Amino acid sequence: MSHKTIKTISDPKLKLEVLTKEEVQKIHEATLHIIENVGVRFPSKRALEVWQANGAQVDFEKKIVRAKPQLIEDALKKCPPKYDLGARDPQQNLPLDGNHVCLGTDGCGVEIIDIDTRKKRTSVLQDVRDIARVADATPEVAFHWVPLSAQDTPVEARGLHELQAVWENSTKHVQTESIYNVHEAKAAVEMAGILAGGKEELRKRPVLSLMQCTAPPLGHDGGSLDAALIAAEAGIPTGFMTMSACLTTGPATMAGTLAVGNAEVIAATALLQLAYPGAPVFYAAAQTASDPRLGVYTGGGPEDFLFGAATNVLADFYNIPLSMGSFATGAKEPNWQAGLEGSLSTFMASVVMSDMLLGVGFLHGSRIWSYAEMMMDCEIFSIIHKMMQGIVVNEETLALDAIAAVGPGGHYLAQKHSRNHMREIFLPKFLDRRPYTQWEEKGDDARDWALEKARKILKEHQPDPLDEKIGSEFERIIKSVEKQ
Amino acid sequence: MSDELFKQMAQSIIDGDSDLSTELAQKSIEMNIPPLDAITKGFVIGVNYIGDQFGAGEAFLPELVMAGEAMKAAVATLEPELLKLGEARETMGRVVLATVEGDIHEIGKTLVGTMLSASGFEVTDLGVDQPADKIIGKALEINASIIGMSALLTTTMVRQREVIEEMDKEGLRPKIKVMVGGAPITREWATKIKADGYSEDAVGAVKLAKELVGKADV
Ligand code: B12
Repeated sequence: MSHKTIKTISDPKLKLEVLTKEEVQKIHEATLHIIENVGVRFPSKRALEVWQANGAQVDFEKKIVRAKPQLIEDALKKCPPKYDLGARDPQQNLPLDGNHVCLGTDGCGVEIIDIDTRKKRTSVLQDVRDIARVADATPEVAFHWVPLSAQDTPVEARGLHELQAVWENSTKHVQTESIYNVHEAKAAVEMAGILAGGKEELRKRPVLSLMQCTAPPLGHDGGSLDAALIAAEAGIPTGFMTMSACLTTGPATMAGTLAVGNAEVIAATALLQLAYPGAPVFYAAAQTASDPRLGVYTGGGPEDFLFGAATNVLADFYNIPLSMGSFATGAKEPNWQAGLEGSLSTFMASVVMSDMLLGVGFLHGSRIWSYAEMMMDCEIFSIIHKMMQGIVVNEETLALDAIAAVGPGGHYLAQKHSRNHMREIFLPKFLDRRPYTQWEEKGDDARDWALEKARKILKEHQPDPLDEKIGSEFERIIKSVEKQ
Repeated sequence: MSDELFKQMAQSIIDGDSDLSTELAQKSIEMNIPPLDAITKGFVIGVNYIGDQFGAGEAFLPELVMAGEAMKAAVATLEPELLKLGEARETMGRVVLATVEGDIHEIGKTLVGTMLSASGFEVTDLGVDQPADKIIGKALEINASIIGMSALLTTTMVRQREVIEEMDKEGLRPKIKVMVGGAPITREWATKIKADGYSEDAVGAVKLAKELVGKADV
């Protein structure tokens, strides 16, 4: 299999109704009520001016915007329902068309379990390069989120060093969450333009997308807003992610937290459409329930799984693509908890066809990268990929000829029909099906095999090199930001 | 008579009922009960109860936060009386708490503040995105013994160091102690920037704060 293959879920056979039409309508109305009466905080001069120019009620001192339902609804109608995420290699562009679930790596972590020492340490630029290279060779990973913070690079241009590192080591699409100020946003747009081959080319093939967090409850970060506006202007797909969590940054109840998060996301999305009508945007969310005793936000747990399915219903209601948090876990190492939380969150987000899933590789509430976790998360995705194909029922799959040939008793191992279809059966890489004694002797498990697989890729895989000229252009841009 | 009132006071804190705790504080003033008694024999009993329950995993965060608010309301009502008598409520010490400049992560810092308050510290929470001069200025203004700084981004954790360096330049340490925390913060980082302490969670933050003010055994 060439490393150019990308595995996405499409043409699903499974379905799930997590919210009825009436329930979605109620959440939508509650959301509009919140935006009109409570308001949303937009601490950016530029954002407030756009709102004011479009007739919203703006409190410049408190930086709170209140907008009539009509203004929001009309703005949202301008969102393009479908578009492609571009890749350095155009063969690896990803259609966000409602019929593809694309998996990414998780992003913005701060530590890593070192692949050699197996000890936890602070993340550096070389880790960003290495992870990008492993992801480049991994079919389940359709796109990158900048996985870790390159903490050995200067703070002023860190987000740019990270982008360069991923682009140099992979031909797949890159999404970043680490660009949240004007300087870096401008530079990132310039870098993406050079990679795509010009400003117009960038619009057609956006090799970069930007994800910004909202600031729940009912607020935004100024730097994030300004960065998003710059990206939207250049035609770079931009999304706002709400992390509003039950009990702390959202009401204790799930419906209320959905409404709060929805208000944050659609208000910011409407802002982008008011500023740049037709700009490609996406909905993003990673909602959960805070632990009622510790207050911690780690992701995982039943509320998380339900949010995973419910959010896509909302994004579909507004007819925009969704980037959904999945695979979040509070586990400290790849273990039972990580498998449980990764599987259920990813299943629930996939069964409703979320366009993007974020993402593989993290432990301890999106903080610690583990290559073993990454590879095992990919296997979970493959299992769900297979499940989503459902059960095909037709003459061939009912196998009446083979059934007659075998008759009562006997076995199907000598049937041509079996040979024809045996490769459709899922073949796990990391599920342990060995004899007990073998396990006892070797004492290894999925984690060791997963790690070995990552090691092998790191040793062997050479990504298509990035044009040297582009590389030096990147360096020039980054230098100029560092000087500012 | 006053025993019954003390019981009601404790209960108003346990129930997180700020209206009732204010009302009971007012009533105690009318009944000429010494304000310090109202606090230590009444309201504090409730705070301690919730604190213990929380420690045992029985009480949930909203109960802790609401108990804290009810306590604050009661103390605010009694404060003028205390001043009149020239008495001061003994606290564990004053703490200035903030999330550093450029960073808007709030919850962790707020939880640390809640737990510190519940443990008898007087906490001034400046909120998020706070520059060094504001943090240091506030600490000087209220004569704080501890500055607590939260940072959740790798790009903002450097601000913790800047505050510490500024404090050293002004010769404010070791009089004012500094403790740090947040998602990317490690013990190594705390040592590197010469902070006086670090904690990974709110319960640890209380333990640390007590050590820093020399009251580890309280
Ligand atoms: C919730 C969350 C948010 C929310 C915060 C909501 C709010 N109102 O507070 C929102 C959505 C706003 C947000 C925004 C962003 N976030 Co954020 N966020 C998180 C998340 C998931 C949980 C944080 C949290 O609330 N935890 C719950 C509390 C209880 O825990 P805590 O904060 O760690 O606090 C405890 C301890 O650390 C300690 N402690 C904390 N402070 C202090 C202080 C002292 C003195 C002491 C002693 C102890 C102490 O005690 C606390 C209580 O137990 C973390 C990941 C994680 N698991 O930590 C990412 C995370 C911190 N965020 C991250 C990022 C990147 C961002 C954004 C930049 C994204 C963007 N592009 O928009 C923005 C930041 C913008 C800005 N300028 O600040 C990254 C940072 C990593 C990095 N590379 O720097 C993280 C690690 C997630 C990730 N991998 O992407 N985020």
